[in-house]
Amino acid sequence: MKKVISGLKKKFGKTITGTIEFRGEHTLLVEKEKTKELLKHCRDELGFDYLLDVSSVDYLGSEPRFEMVYELCRLAAGEHLRIKCALEEDEPMDTASDLWATANWHEREIYDMMGIKFDGHPDLTRILMWEGYPYFPLRKDFPLAGKPSEMPDVAFTETAPLAGGPFVTSPTTQSSVHREPRSQEV
Amino acid sequence: MADTDNQQASVAYDSKIEGNVIFTRLDATINWMRKNSLWPMPMGLACCAIELMATGASRFDISRFGAEVMRFSPRQADVMIVAGTVTYKMSLAVKRVWDQMPEPKWCIAMGACASSGGMYRSYAVLQGIDHLIPVDVYVSGCPPRPEALLEGLMRLQEKVDEEESAVALLKNPDVRAEEQQEVEA
Ligand code: SF4
Repeated sequence: MKKVISGLKKKFGKTITGTIEFRGEHTLLVEKEKTKELLKHCRDELGFDYLLDVSSVDYLGSEPRFEMVYELCRLAAGEHLRIKCALEEDEPMDTASDLWATANWHEREIYDMMGIKFDGHPDLTRILMWEGYPYFPLRKDFPLAGKPSEMPDVAFTETAPLAGGPFVTSPTTQSSVHREPRSQEV
Repeated sequence: MADTDNQQASVAYDSKIEGNVIFTRLDATINWMRKNSLWPMPMGLACCAIELMATGASRFDISRFGAEVMRFSPRQADVMIVAGTVTYKMSLAVKRVWDQMPEPKWCIAMGACASSGGMYRSYAVLQGIDHLIPVDVYVSGCPPRPEALLEGLMRLQEKVDEEESAVALLKNPDVRAEEQQEVEA
């Protein structure tokens, strides 16, 4: 893996803005413009034949707001490589569905949940929520309880009663009584 | 003594069919027939549906209560068993299936999700199927064991047993339609 990373660094130079190694996991931070090219290079030249997952992160309050995460895998060697790139709000990302067909539905899910658009995607429609649902529910500024909405004859939503906040466990070294899920203000 | 003999003669008592005739109330008869052949509409939406299947299978055997005829057409079903998480995306479909079931019909909300949204206090899940359709019996549990569902079914049978079905049946259809409209409004 070390060779792969240094090779990529040499080829893409400054567009790779950082590398992270944590417990044998390798992550590359790449500039948005070069991401597609780098993914293609990984697939065609380096033999990363399997796209495990595509996901996105919302860093609400910091700039740029979003981050795309690609998890690549070399099946024969069992090696993983994570590629991340930062993304401004309202900035579209290039689709990876022409490189790995599996990216098609992953990207639809990201669009559905985060509202990130993908240039060149063959069918960028919602995958979990219904067409016409007005929000992107996994964004950090969307409340867990949801918001009311109405699509006549398709679906509606209401606000869920949270009774004082979501029930979450607190990390503690004390007994399980302290750890157990309790309501916490959001 | 002579009087009694005369009386018996006047109702033309036939000893040949003695024992085969039962006098009862119409309500009791109709309810007895209904409650012992409740055909369920298995609305299996999530994990609870697995327990619903177990309830229908040999070990728990829902046919002991006359409810083994799972109908996948709502037009042939009497009781809708909502087993699982009702997402908003699914909820209007559930309502639509319910609307297609002929009267009289009943509904069992099986499990925490169908009863109240369960652990899904979230943007995606309807907080109880009773927001959309009237529920007769709620079965608690996540998931309820098959025994619990059977208990729920028995409670529903008790409920059916107390209904005034004859009155409802014999009522003038126009009056019934009016009442129905009032309920819907
Ligand atoms: S009540 Fe529990 S078992 Fe039943 S559908 Fe909900 S989460 Fe699944």
